[in-house]
Amino acid sequence: MAASADAMDAAEKARGKYAALSFATIAVVVGLPLWWKTTETNRASLPYSEIANLDTLLFQLTVPISVVFAKGTLLGDQERKLPFKEDQEAETPLNPKTSVTAHYQISYRRATPQEEQVLSQVSGQGTGEVALPAQEAPAGSLTIYVIPSSSRLLPQETTMYVGKRRSAVIRAPQGAADVLAAMGAQIQQVTRVMSFSAESITGALSDRMPILQPGTEWKRPFKSSLAVRRYVEPLLGKLRVVAEISVDSQILYYAALGVVPRFDAPSSSFILSAHSLPHVINPVEARLGSSAASLYPVLNFLLYIPERSHSPLYIQDKDGAAVPTNAFHSPRWGGIMVYSIEPEAANETSFPRRVDVDMGRVMEVFLAQLRLLFGILPVPLPEGALLESFGNEGLSAWELDRLLWTRTVENVATVATTLTSLAQLLEKISNIVIQDDVASQVFRAVESAQKALQDLGMGHLESAFQASKEAIMSSERAFFDPSLLHLLYFPDDQKFAIYIPLALPMAVPILLSLAKIVREARQKKKAEKEATKTD
Amino acid sequence: MEPAAALLGLLLLVPALAERATAPVRDSLREELLLSPLPSGDLAATFQFRTRWDSDLQREGVSHYRLFPKALGQLISKYSVRELHLSLTQGFWRTRSWGQPYLQAPAGAELWVWFQDSVADVNKAWKDLSNILSGIFCASLNFIDSTNTVIPTASFKPLGLANVTDHHFLRYAVLPREVVCTENLTPWKKLLPCSSKAGLAVLLKAERLFHSSYHSQAVHIRPICRDAACLSASWELRQTLTVVFDSFASGQGKKDWSLLKIFSRTLTEACPLASQSKIYVDISSKGQVGGKDTEQYVNDAQLHFSLTAESVYDLLDPGLFNASRSLNVLLKWKRPQDSLAMVAPVLHAQRYVSGYGLQTGEISTVVYNTHPYRAFPVLLLETVPWYLRLYIHTLTIITKGKENKPSYIHYQPAQDRRRPHLLEMLIQLPANSVTKITIQFERVLLKWTEYTPDPNHGFYVSPSVLSALVPSVTAMEEEDEEQSPLFASLFPSFDGSSYFVRLYTEPLLVNLPTPDFSMPYNVICLTCTVVAVCYGSFYNLLTRTFHVEEPSQGGLAKRLANVIRKLRGVPLL
Repeated sequence: MAASADAMDAAEKARGKYAALSFATIAVVVGLPLWWKTTETNRASLPYSEIANLDTLLFQLTVPISVVFAKGTLLGDQERKLPFKEDQEAETPLNPKTSVTAHYQISYRRATPQEEQVLSQVSGQGTGEVALPAQEAPAGSLTIYVIPSSSRLLPQETTMYVGKRRSAVIRAPQGAADVLAAMGAQIQQVTRVMSFSAESITGALSDRMPILQPGTEWKRPFKSSLAVRRYVEPLLGKLRVVAEISVDSQILYYAALGVVPRFDAPSSSFILSAHSLPHVINPVEARLGSSAASLYPVLNFLLYIPERSHSPLYIQDKDGAAVPTNAFHSPRWGGIMVYSIEPEAANETSFPRRVDVDMGRVMEVFLAQLRLLFGILPVPLPEGALLESFGNEGLSAWELDRLLWTRTVENVATVATTLTSLAQLLEKISNIVIQDDVASQVFRAVESAQKALQDLGMGHLESAFQASKEAIMSSERAFFDPSLLHLLYFPDDQKFAIYIPLALPMAVPILLSLAKIVREARQKKKAEKEATKTD
Repeated sequence: MEPAAALLGLLLLVPALAERATAPVRDSLREELLLSPLPSGDLAATFQFRTRWDSDLQREGVSHYRLFPKALGQLISKYSVRELHLSLTQGFWRTRSWGQPYLQAPAGAELWVWFQDSVADVNKAWKDLSNILSGIFCASLNFIDSTNTVIPTASFKPLGLANVTDHHFLRYAVLPREVVCTENLTPWKKLLPCSSKAGLAVLLKAERLFHSSYHSQAVHIRPICRDAACLSASWELRQTLTVVFDSFASGQGKKDWSLLKIFSRTLTEACPLASQSKIYVDISSKGQVGGKDTEQYVNDAQLHFSLTAESVYDLLDPGLFNASRSLNVLLKWKRPQDSLAMVAPVLHAQRYVSGYGLQTGEISTVVYNTHPYRAFPVLLLETVPWYLRLYIHTLTIITKGKENKPSYIHYQPAQDRRRPHLLEMLIQLPANSVTKITIQFERVLLKWTEYTPDPNHGFYVSPSVLSALVPSVTAMEEEDEEQSPLFASLFPSFDGSSYFVRLYTEPLLVNLPTPDFSMPYNVICLTCTVVAVCYGSFYNLLTRTFHVEEPSQGGLAKRLANVIRKLRGVPLL
């Protein structure tokens, strides 16, 4: 009787144990995945490994250079070697993760008959105008013509002439036995001027805009009172590859500077010191209204005519000297020029006074500022070099190439930073939603960045720039997509408030019975051990 | 790299150095202030600044702006806008006691835009435009979407030069909830060529302007004829600001007022850029309305009061300013005035919501025609949000006890969460009559995320719009638009016997059934408790082990009983 009761008891106990275990199993096998699945943040898969690869940027910038020798430059045996090719490399490591390798693909060849004809001409003495062979070189490439030392294409003392397109002329060194070897240094000089230089690329990669007071390296004769479009439009036409630009102008009356200029008694003029210039922009900005009407970045160029009680007004730099252009610029915002008007003579008191603004002078400053704002810096020229005037385009083809090189590198670097920080954010914050369209933007950005890198390596500057532009657009769009933030601020305490009423009453009995089972199993083991000991 | 927009702003400054009289002037500015004492003792001040620009804005290329603000000019050319009317209003113009307004606007924000017929996707242009306008004017116009946008077929005709009247290029939206304050006034003032540094704009001091019973600022852009031949178009930007000051209450019961008292500023000079700068004071005999029949329609005559010499001040006349170079306009009454009985304007309307409970209701609009002998038609536009389900079969229009059949009716039913109801009707108003238009509706139970942050405040229904050609009593002579004062020239006048009036009724505030918003959490808690209780007992039942209890020595009760039994000598249990 007792035995059967004991057996029944044991069976009952075992049944209870199994029931508790099966509850726990169902909770773990069905309940947990269900809860996980239904509360998961939607996150499309991203190319994490490729993004990680982008983090280490090894730029290889290939510049196709063709060196063209005019007749009589090379000696016989050297001339027989033509045409041949040569590769040069120069590596600039920036930091452990970034390095730039400049790869110059130099191909040497003889001048074609047409080129020969142009190169053998005599330059117009004194005018500095040199006719260069017409050529259609793709963006990024360079053509260097080498002329004999006796050639009269260039003025006497000039050894180097940089054209406004992608070509330059070098005079072969006089009396050198091995002209080819002697040319090497000069070719490098030319490429440093006309293509990217290590400094310009490094500047782009450190992601900053140069802040300079424009000292106007530009001295070209301007006719006064020319229309705005005469100066601005040719330059904008050149830059159309880089950006779509629209220009508008507005006259604002009763504009206030927001800073009261200091009166300088010795010169009887008013002075704005450099440190107060930042306060000038904000009050003016409010009336420009340009940020509202356009989603694109806006550059403002303001010509400020100070009021009569504050004229003449001059800007003073940090050292206390007057800025010669009376202008300043602010990166990513634009430039302001103060156009001071001399106080009227005593007999001239009729108001309103007519003011003629010398637009030539103004546009000269604004164009210089615009070039600075676009990052087109003046290049230090080597000794004895001559620059071809840009005409009214304000920008030469190789300057545009320099801009493209730095822009492309900068874009790719920005894309890499953006995507890496996105990946890091996703790792850190679990609440960020990644929707499919965001994921596809990321994929496109990665793809375009890779294509840009590849094109840079192959020397296709134009397509590399386009790809980098696409990459930066997609990466920014992905990074700033508002859908990323949908669940970011869903507080944890609300989650607990919802889970606990259900999870706690269900979990507690399961955990208690599991604990009980474990305890019993342990006791049983102990009892068995003791039983074996007593035996 | 993003496409960049470079802009060339040329700041020319200073009144004294301003270059005037150069070349042919292609743009001009006129400014005027109309001060009209209202019969109730209040004072209405209407500012109008009109910038006219003889330029074709739709052209590509570089635009050079002088007086016309660049922000709006760029907007017009970018979105191919033909006409743009935006008003931001705080308060309600009480037509019954203040008379007919020159330019009324509904409470909140109102925006209506005619696009060029070259615009392919009008909805997208409308959306972008309203977003950018909300940035320019710091208003919540970005809340304009398909649920509050309608396409009126007849009520809003272009006010300017237009040969296309296909209403598909028109969009109209009202945001009755919008609160207007200083942050909306500041950008509006910045659009003025003289900013608020000279001319009439000096008076625009926010703290006074918003200490008023009615404040309405508006921007109207439209193309107008460049000259009489009308071969080419010019752009006109009209910035208007209407304020009603309760001078009676603030002036200790006196109706006297002066510029200094109401604006706390005086005028010092005209805006040097303005070709006309005038102050009109309405001294028509409204104050002396007696029992005479001839003066019964004073309120309609208000629009066209005779411009006598003493009621116009031309700021460009240097003799106007005294030695201290300031001008203060002051009006004093000879004897204390009582508030006079107001004669109701020819056309006015009111609207209310009736019904009880939270399920059904009724919108009633009452339109009055007080003209003794002339009937005229009125075009009524009703926009009702989708969460009030209108029953169009319950629409009744009753005039003098008889049903009044509208001669034109256009009804577009709402679609839930997509578009509002639109009802347009042309109703003939018989002389000296009251017309009551009622329509029943049912309230919708919204999804809980669709309620506004303060749902118990109620939901606004935008005002209905009445457009009518009201017959006037005084005959008007045709005037050249360039010569006539600005306040009379926005709406086209059709002939001498009638003038155009657009009135807005009160916005309605409707309560919708509002749920208890803690309900989802309560439901979760309750459900979880029920589940936990069921689950607990079920779990208990399944996992509990039953085993037979051996009878033991017994508890305390048994022992106690045995002790007592021992004492008594009875056998133990």
